[in-house]
Amino acid sequence: MSAKLIDLQHITKIYDGNTVLDDMNLYIRENEFLTLLGPSGCGKTTTLRIIGGFEKPDKGAVLFNGQDITHLPPNKRQLNTVFQKYALFPHMTIAENIAFGLKIKGKTRSYIQDKIKYALKLVNLDGFESRMPDSLSGGQQQRIAIARAIVNEPKLLLLDEPLGALDLKLRQDMQYELIRLKNELGITFIYVTHDQEEALTMSDTIVVMNQGYIQQIGTPEKIYNEPENAFVADFIGDSNILPSLMIRDELVEILGARFACVDKGFGENRPVDVVIRPEDVDLVSPEEGTLQGVVTHLIFKGVHYEMEVTANGFEWLVHSTDMFPVGTKVGIRVDPFDIQIMNKPESEDEEAVAIDA
Amino acid sequence: MRKTTGKKPESPRIIYFNQAAMTAPYLFWALAFIIIPLLMIFYYGLTDKTGAFTLANVAAIATAEHSKALWLALALSLVSTAICLLLAYPLAMILANRRVSQQSFLVLIFILPMWMNFLLRTLAWQTLLEKTGVINAILTFFHLPPLNIINTPGAIVLGMVYNFLPFMILPLYNSLTKIDPSVVNAAYDLGANGVQTFCRVIFPLSIPGVISGITMVFVPALTTFVISNLLGGSKILLIGNVIEQEFTQASNWHLGSGLSIVLMAFIIVNMVLTGIFDKNGEGTAL
Repeated sequence: MSAKLIDLQHITKIYDGNTVLDDMNLYIRENEFLTLLGPSGCGKTTTLRIIGGFEKPDKGAVLFNGQDITHLPPNKRQLNTVFQKYALFPHMTIAENIAFGLKIKGKTRSYIQDKIKYALKLVNLDGFESRMPDSLSGGQQQRIAIARAIVNEPKLLLLDEPLGALDLKLRQDMQYELIRLKNELGITFIYVTHDQEEALTMSDTIVVMNQGYIQQIGTPEKIYNEPENAFVADFIGDSNILPSLMIRDELVEILGARFACVDKGFGENRPVDVVIRPEDVDLVSPEEGTLQGVVTHLIFKGVHYEMEVTANGFEWLVHSTDMFPVGTKVGIRVDPFDIQIMNKPESEDEEAVAIDA
Repeated sequence: MRKTTGKKPESPRIIYFNQAAMTAPYLFWALAFIIIPLLMIFYYGLTDKTGAFTLANVAAIATAEHSKALWLALALSLVSTAICLLLAYPLAMILANRRVSQQSFLVLIFILPMWMNFLLRTLAWQTLLEKTGVINAILTFFHLPPLNIINTPGAIVLGMVYNFLPFMILPLYNSLTKIDPSVVNAAYDLGANGVQTFCRVIFPLSIPGVISGITMVFVPALTTFVISNLLGGSKILLIGNVIEQEFTQASNWHLGSGLSIVLMAFIIVNMVLTGIFDKNGEGTAL
């Protein structure tokens, strides 16, 4: 296990009486691609700005390689940021933009020239040296912003929703580009996004945040397949969240029907929340199903059909490559390992704090 | 606002006619009060009393009295512009860094003097600066030596700075608020300290504001005769005073117009020079 590069300890940030971050603890290992994921206002950008030095936490400390950098200004930190709207210097050429950090550090002219060439090659924009930023497309500007940051050889690169302004196709291309860059350069990435697909595609570790609290930390697979609470389940992809009753270990009652599951240790006859992903709901003939229902909606989505099935008063969201026309009577079956059991939060406050403890 | 999408091709024509109709009042205004007077100045400036063409009125700037007035006016307005820039820049930066809710109120405070009549403000300075004026009364009360500032070039510069400072603050403030804060953050992020960030990012990006601020202060300062009349006494003549006297006292419209043409040439030179620096064309300089 590699060392902690960034260690956030008990970070609290309050704006005008609003607690944006509450006693947040998080560490990032060297060479990790970590994504802060959450809806707007969850505190992910504030976390990034605190690491970058643009905000000071009201409480807590930021450690960089074990050194306290909480009060160090941004220009003294060994990290660089790629800003949401690129923030290229509009009065400088692309070459001058990339050279900015190196000139400040007093590097030699030939070193800077080599670095500009190298960085432009890395982001596939050779020959752009003398262009002005406003003559570039959004995707090109973004790549220059990345080039400008990485020529300084930072240990850590902060990216604040860098692909937010790009169209879908470009965004997907840039996602692969970023993964390639990260692997080639061996730089630690902290990435902020509200796009769950982006987070799942690129990250080694995802930190799901809501209302200033960390909801869950884990690998993309873990976050997707084993969400720890309803918020995470709902935010990451589509899901069916069903209030249920844990009868005993490995047996759960959902909408009055009993399903075998693999979870243990929730006690007996305890109310829980169950998450079932739409692609994990198997539609079969009515007599084969654990529950019976009727297809009420059908949409073709390309890769699969999206259906809504009303069964025992609940609208199940189902993704399947098999098509069942509206009105078809179907049976619902779920494999035991596809049923994810979660503790039920007792209040809204607890819903936010639950995982933080 | 009406949506323009999905309209039939004839709709741009309707807008075209509307626009033409709407520009008519201003075109009339410009013709009557800008273009015709300008042509008249050129007519008077380039003719003598018999109506014959002559360059004598323009060449008259070369006389010792006139050229001295012109150089003094250039010198005082340059000094005033420089002082305005030095005073206004830090102030505009402070304003631009305030929260948006505070900004408009603070800007209002600095613009507030402009609500009072220009003559009144200058007369007030006369009263303050006079040998037996308010400032000297206070100084004498504390047994301090009185200031002899009225009727000196210094008093004129003071009057110019006081009157024209808001014209420097506003364009600077506008150009500074236009700078994307994340660009400034990017400079810090790339290792620049405060001074480096200012010199390499903030100042270069504010140049359009600097340019238009300089123009807005320099041009009225160069042509003023009221400030020099009231605060400079009758002994200090700026080119504005000379021209004014030719029109009001000497009734020599031809000479006054000729000298005005020279002054206009200086203003045009100033605008061309500032235009060269204003590459982006964002400023209000012509």
